[in-house]
Amino acid sequence: MKNHLDVIAAISTAVSPSGIGIVRMSGRGAVKIGDKVYKGRKGKRLSSEKSHTIHYGYIVDGEDVIDEVLVMLMLSPNTYTGEDTVEINCHGGVYVVKRILETLIKYGARPAEPGEFTKRAFLNGRLDLSQAEAVGDLITSQTEYALKSSISQLKGNIKEKINDIRKEIIYHTAFIETAIDDPEHISVDGYGDKLRGIVDNLLNEIEGLLSTCDDGRIIKEGIRTVIVGKPNAGKSSLLNVLLGEERAIVTDIAGTTRDILEEHVSLQGVSLNIVDTAGIRDTEDIIEKIGVNRAKENMKSADLVIYVIDSSVPLDKNDEEIMEMIYEKRFIILLNKSDLDMIVTMEEVRSRYYAINPAKSEVDDIPVIEISTRKRQGILELEALLKNMFYEGKLAFNNEIYITNVRHKTALANAAESLKKVIVSIESGMPEDFYSIDLMDAYETLGSITGETIGEDLVNEIFSKFCMGK
Amino acid sequence: MKYSVNSVWENKDQYDIAVIGAGHAGCEAALAAARLGFRTVIFTVSVDSIALMPCNPNIGGSSKGHLVREVDALGGEMGKVIDRTFIQSKMLNKSKGPAVHSLRAQADKACYSRTMRQVLENQENLEIKQTEVVKILIENTHVTGLQILSGGIFRVKAIVLCTGTYLNARCVYGEVSNNTGPNGLQAANYLTESLKELGIRMYRFKTGTPARIDKRSVDFSKMEEQHGDDRIMPFSFTTDPGEVQIDQVSCWLTYTNERTHEIIRKNLDRSPLFSGMIEGTGPRYCPSIEDKVVKFADKNRHQVFIEPEGIETNEMYIGGMSSSLPEDVQYAMYRTVPGLENVKIVRNAYAIEYDCIDARQLKPSLEFRNIEGLFSGGQFNGSSGYEEAAAQGLIAGINAARKLQNRESIVLDRSEAYIGVLIDDLVTKESHEPYRMMTSRAEYRLLLRQDNADQRLTKKGYEVGLISRERYERLLLKEKLIEKEIERVKHTHVGNSVQMQRLLEQYGSAPLVSGTSLAELIRRPELSYEILKTIDRDRPEFIEELSDEVSEQVNISIKYEGYINRQKKQVEQFKKLEEKKIPENINYDDVKSLRIEAVQKLKEYRPVSIGQASRISGVSPADLSVLMVYLGG
Repeated sequence: MKNHLDVIAAISTAVSPSGIGIVRMSGRGAVKIGDKVYKGRKGKRLSSEKSHTIHYGYIVDGEDVIDEVLVMLMLSPNTYTGEDTVEINCHGGVYVVKRILETLIKYGARPAEPGEFTKRAFLNGRLDLSQAEAVGDLITSQTEYALKSSISQLKGNIKEKINDIRKEIIYHTAFIETAIDDPEHISVDGYGDKLRGIVDNLLNEIEGLLSTCDDGRIIKEGIRTVIVGKPNAGKSSLLNVLLGEERAIVTDIAGTTRDILEEHVSLQGVSLNIVDTAGIRDTEDIIEKIGVNRAKENMKSADLVIYVIDSSVPLDKNDEEIMEMIYEKRFIILLNKSDLDMIVTMEEVRSRYYAINPAKSEVDDIPVIEISTRKRQGILELEALLKNMFYEGKLAFNNEIYITNVRHKTALANAAESLKKVIVSIESGMPEDFYSIDLMDAYETLGSITGETIGEDLVNEIFSKFCMGK
Repeated sequence: MKYSVNSVWENKDQYDIAVIGAGHAGCEAALAAARLGFRTVIFTVSVDSIALMPCNPNIGGSSKGHLVREVDALGGEMGKVIDRTFIQSKMLNKSKGPAVHSLRAQADKACYSRTMRQVLENQENLEIKQTEVVKILIENTHVTGLQILSGGIFRVKAIVLCTGTYLNARCVYGEVSNNTGPNGLQAANYLTESLKELGIRMYRFKTGTPARIDKRSVDFSKMEEQHGDDRIMPFSFTTDPGEVQIDQVSCWLTYTNERTHEIIRKNLDRSPLFSGMIEGTGPRYCPSIEDKVVKFADKNRHQVFIEPEGIETNEMYIGGMSSSLPEDVQYAMYRTVPGLENVKIVRNAYAIEYDCIDARQLKPSLEFRNIEGLFSGGQFNGSSGYEEAAAQGLIAGINAARKLQNRESIVLDRSEAYIGVLIDDLVTKESHEPYRMMTSRAEYRLLLRQDNADQRLTKKGYEVGLISRERYERLLLKEKLIEKEIERVKHTHVGNSVQMQRLLEQYGSAPLVSGTSLAELIRRPELSYEILKTIDRDRPEFIEELSDEVSEQVNISIKYEGYINRQKKQVEQFKKLEEKKIPENINYDDVKSLRIEAVQKLKEYRPVSIGQASRISGVSPADLSVLMVYLGG
């Protein structure tokens, strides 16, 4: 298990505009990739340097200089993962770290799976047995995050497009396979010519996805912000206010759920993906219950929770429940309807919160702002707070979103590669059964973007679309 | 007939292994066990129905032909028997890649059964016993014996269940329902209860067969004749190809039409399937004609193959028109088909329902997870087809024997054999219909070809003890010749001589501008190793009996090298996960970060490796990571 053959890469610092960023690579061959992208001042290659040394130079992609960096070279076995490791310390900033990560991928690294660095460290004996559980938790939670962000934040109709491409692929593969399994009933002679045109089209579509979607980013990057609160606290009006003023609406997409709308907003340079949720209260109504559960689910994957309280109504059990739920989250509390008679005060909110979460009272001064969405008061204060939190590094994107994006891009490129192989097979006169191999590879790769696995898809397609004999 | 527990008596004969059922699975299981030196007894409800082919009159076909060759390479019997009893043979998919070439032979059914029965009768260590087994006896989760209908108890150390479609079997057509097995044979009506008492989960499956008709009533002038191949390939690697070049009989092709479909549609309400009289789940790949007409309503005709059931009979099989419609409707619909206007039905079509198991209760060795010494194979495991049955029977028989030898089970993985794919699918995937082998189920099919089954499996068969030393050494010689010749071909340089250019022109291949290697020329789609013989002066003479086989292997290995290497790489990845074993006593509740769904699934299936776990639906890649971390410490 030691020294995996492939090299994994990921951004290992929070992606925020401040401070420095670190992009890390691990695995046999990491140094080799390092040689390709690192240019030292004296022209010395990384591979000729000693282990556990730091080097000043540049990260380049061919002729392009991406950033001025410090590179740490650490060779197996005394590294975090136990494998050869290259850590690139670059200037912080969203753009730079992403470019560096993508460059590493371009030169042969693979985007790391959730928790993979830690997993490797464990499997290579760098962490002791008692930590196995923690490693497992990390993998599970990060995977859940990646899945959620990938599925709920797939931009616009991309999921649909990918599904359409997959449908087309599986249909034609099933046809070929039916003909092979039942050659006396179904003939596939001359099918290559027809398939050639279809694969060309599919390839165009994938390449279109790759080039037009914001430089290959097919999920929305931004701070995942969830607005919660009791019914009628003013959550939707808050969203409307945030969207309505001078801010640009970048896109609007319906999420996986019809009742939860997600908006992309840029506030003074800070990108937010804002999710409006159903009001949280104890309810017997089944439909409402579903909405409430979804709101709770959404909160789990949020980078930031905005908790809206109607200050004209006393706090109750439901508020306490929400306060409990936001315990582990970065959050902002808004006392809405400040234009009416305020029954709930900042002090009351704070003392309630500390009563529920006593451990927090010593560490945090919790941010509470009075606003009125109706009169548009306090909105500028909210914006300023958000901006400060972001630039102070208190608020950051979850790295998983970036790495998920890079994974998706890699998946699209790999699917395109597979389809090109189909074309090569057709052009070089290979028999039809060879086409299915690469068609199914493309199908599987695309499925990894939409979170679907193959299972019995092909067999089901064969039986449902084509009439087998006997 | 009544089974009474009051008349218990003990059979004092000594046996090690009992096989229940003498169909295609049972025969292979019993032969393997006996040949490995164990005193074996095989039970059948009727000695006359040993190795019966109650449905289609052929062996092999796409991917099933692969199974037969694999059974043969491991030392099974099916290939040898069909080589002696076929009446027509065809290599299917010849225009496609070598991975999907598949042999299919029309069998003389009666002759096939008789021949297999003789093999059983003459096998040392093997006894045949006609009776119904009613009970499996166990003590502390170990098999100790079985009880037969008369109350007799046979003590054995292992049992292989191969009951096929006989358990609580019921044959249905129209309003008629008979509690019999196939062909009106006696069903086995007690064993299911005993299995349920042992905690075994049962399914009820359904399948069907078309009518058999009198050849004299068919007008062949209205049909297309279907010939066998000019040059016949045998199934068994031990059969001399020279001995199978027989005079073949023909099959005939005709079609249904709108009138046929109209009759079917009008009478659907009389079908037991549509009226709900049949509850069992039928196979999607082998639909009855009424299924096809309903499901593919836009098709205005379906193919119908008229196939002989043997040489010494006038009965013919109507391939493509299985049905459970009432007999009068059967007459009407068959008589709309060109050539069948005056057809006389000998045996009508029917559907059959039977008990089988949820095979996820089995280990990949085909032993029940919770009952030591109890193995099973064939349709009882929820598969369909003679070939699928034979393959499982062979593996179950071998593993029952190995259990008594205290040796590790033989488990073929998905990269080694179609048999591996078949068994892995059966024991890992949820299925609600009889399982049929298909080439699309084999992800590494470029490596799992019918032409190299011997290279893949003979060594295993030799180690098990079912393949002779002589046969194994022949394989080693063949492999050496292939390897040497591939090297030579890769390093043989050919120039653009006049003779060469003429040959290329003859096959429509682009002329050579400069020299190249022989291997490069073989890779051209229009050329082959064989074609280039005339310009290949240094080609060695292989020993006569291996010549064709070596040539074929060299040709395929060179021509498809790129694709083959790619699949080999994928197999390496696959093997890594297969080799990560999960201990049998693992407690999944202790693996904290697994999702609840994954814990439930893993507890239910108890996969033997991370690889097998990865194929269970409901177990995600993240769960596998967590599991690997848990095991990796």
